[in-house]
Amino acid sequence: MDLVSAVLDGILLGGLYALFGAGLSLIFGVMRLVNIAHGDLIVLSAFIALVLTAHLGVHPLVSLVLVVPLMTLLGYGLQRGVFNRTLGDDILPPLLASFGVSVFLQNALLKIFSADSQRLHAGNLETLRVDLPGGMAVGVLPCLMFFVAVFVICGLQLLLYHTQLGRAFRSISDDQETAQLMGINNAHLFGLAMALSLAIVSIAGVFLGIRTNFDPSIGPTRLIFAFEAIIIGGLGNLWGTLVGGVILGVAQTLGARINPGYQILAGHIVFLTILTLRPQGFFQRTR
Amino acid sequence: MREAVCIERGSRISRFFAAFGLLILVLLITAPFYGGRSDLYLLVEIFSYLALASLWNLLAGYTGLVSIGQQAFVGLGGYTLFALTIFFGLPPLLAVLIAGPVAAVLAIPTAWVIFRLRGAYFAIGTWVVAEVYRLIFAQVSALGGGSGTSLPTQIIQSIAPTRAARDNLIYWTGLGLIVAVFAVIYLTLRLRWGLALTAIRDSEPAAESVGVDNYRTKFLIYFLTAGATGSVGALISLQKLRISPDAAFSVNDWTAFVIFIVVIGGIGRMEGPLIGTIVFFLLREFFASLGPWYLMLLGAFAVVITLTMPKGIAGLLAERFDLQLFPLRRRVHFLEQKSKDSTSSASADALERPGKRQKPGVSTKNME
Repeated sequence: MDLVSAVLDGILLGGLYALFGAGLSLIFGVMRLVNIAHGDLIVLSAFIALVLTAHLGVHPLVSLVLVVPLMTLLGYGLQRGVFNRTLGDDILPPLLASFGVSVFLQNALLKIFSADSQRLHAGNLETLRVDLPGGMAVGVLPCLMFFVAVFVICGLQLLLYHTQLGRAFRSISDDQETAQLMGINNAHLFGLAMALSLAIVSIAGVFLGIRTNFDPSIGPTRLIFAFEAIIIGGLGNLWGTLVGGVILGVAQTLGARINPGYQILAGHIVFLTILTLRPQGFFQRTR
Repeated sequence: MREAVCIERGSRISRFFAAFGLLILVLLITAPFYGGRSDLYLLVEIFSYLALASLWNLLAGYTGLVSIGQQAFVGLGGYTLFALTIFFGLPPLLAVLIAGPVAAVLAIPTAWVIFRLRGAYFAIGTWVVAEVYRLIFAQVSALGGGSGTSLPTQIIQSIAPTRAARDNLIYWTGLGLIVAVFAVIYLTLRLRWGLALTAIRDSEPAAESVGVDNYRTKFLIYFLTAGATGSVGALISLQKLRISPDAAFSVNDWTAFVIFIVVIGGIGRMEGPLIGTIVFFLLREFFASLGPWYLMLLGAFAVVITLTMPKGIAGLLAERFDLQLFPLRRRVHFLEQKSKDSTSSASADALERPGKRQKPGVSTKNME
């Protein structure tokens, strides 16, 4: 039963990783940009929520009302001001610019908040549990995270496949020049894609902050989790990213049961194994 | 009209630079006789970063293998040195040499897995592998686990009995390493094989179509770079006398800074890492006391350089002043049969169409 509950915890943790991955997957799909600062932006949103909860005295989930718009604006600005000017055939300039942003953010957060571990306090949501048959129990928070992840991915799917904006995103993804000829403002749409990505990032960041301790240095590891979820699931497939997140989450909780030191290592090893056996991931790119 | 073609690589500047370089080398070899202890320490640090940057430049700038996981081999080299000296009693300086091949052998399975990924995903894949090595070494309690370990005193003393002699030996090892790295990179790029690298970087299908074995070439370069990076990593840990997983496999120290150096200096040019290292250490000497502010500045600087001068300082110099320190690019000169002494330069595409020669002496085409 212990094993079952570990697997269950892992599945629910996968929701958080899917949230990490969804934002990264979206911008890669639209503009072939891998944002190295993705993890640091997750941590940044957790810190923004920390400031808001401390000063306004609101619940972390309520702070999302402000965190999401702030990060969305930041995303649009970052894309128009920095990343748009690096996009092209060469993958190196966007990689470098985002590496620069990553180092900048890490140290800015370090300067402002010091290296101390922080946590978003969410009252009894942190400990609330629901009893399941067989003497098991699951936390309400992990369930909430998982459902939010499913909800976000549903929303993204609807947006991408059933709205005009989504059609524009997909057309840019297929062929940037032709999309522009059809009257799409690429620069603006890239900005919107990054804005959307950071809106998802801000939700992920606040959940991360409620679930675990965070400090300015943990961003890069979150980027790696996001990346692993995407590759395991198959590039360009959002439901695949959810499955990838779940596989990663289960691997980590099972690894942690063997030895706490193996938690993250187990996730990486499962990722590398899947990469070796099935480099295209479990799901095909949705068309 | 028949024409003879002469391909020239050097220039007056590169020959001057070669002479100047020899002078600098002599000054560096004799540095322990007039330099202070902290000067030597700083120089070894500079050599390490210069070597890492040159190797990353060979990998990413010339072959197009953008890795952000080279810290894997820095860390592996460092831990190999500690393992070889502590468990097997090998002399530390010999261990620096052996750490290279060990890292190169470990690069084989690494490459086998991550060569399945392309472009930016290859980049993050290399990082995951580096993280795997870091987490594995954090579990090795014989080498201090997560908190790391120091090199035992008797091993340090086995290098040389006095501190000054040890410093000098480590310094000369570092100097030898950087000279070897430069020599290997230079020779690689001068060979026909070197042309294959840039061909792969510029277009994989085109390279394949002219007979380059892309996979083999990339694999060999990755293997070679990993080995050299491993030796540099061993040197770094020998200089610090301490190792810990977080420091040895640090993505910021051994990859982000190295990338900044190459980009600021100029990627895809051998001068780039040299110029970038000088700029990096100047910035560090002046601003490192600012702590996080300095790193924020460095990050912002990298972004600004990427946006405003993507070819770096060396690229700017090459474009504006035709300045090239290492004779790597080929210039084609056409010698007319009638008057052999009057050398005229012409566009290199005249190679394929000898009849359509441009005005003599107007342009010299550089082929990188």
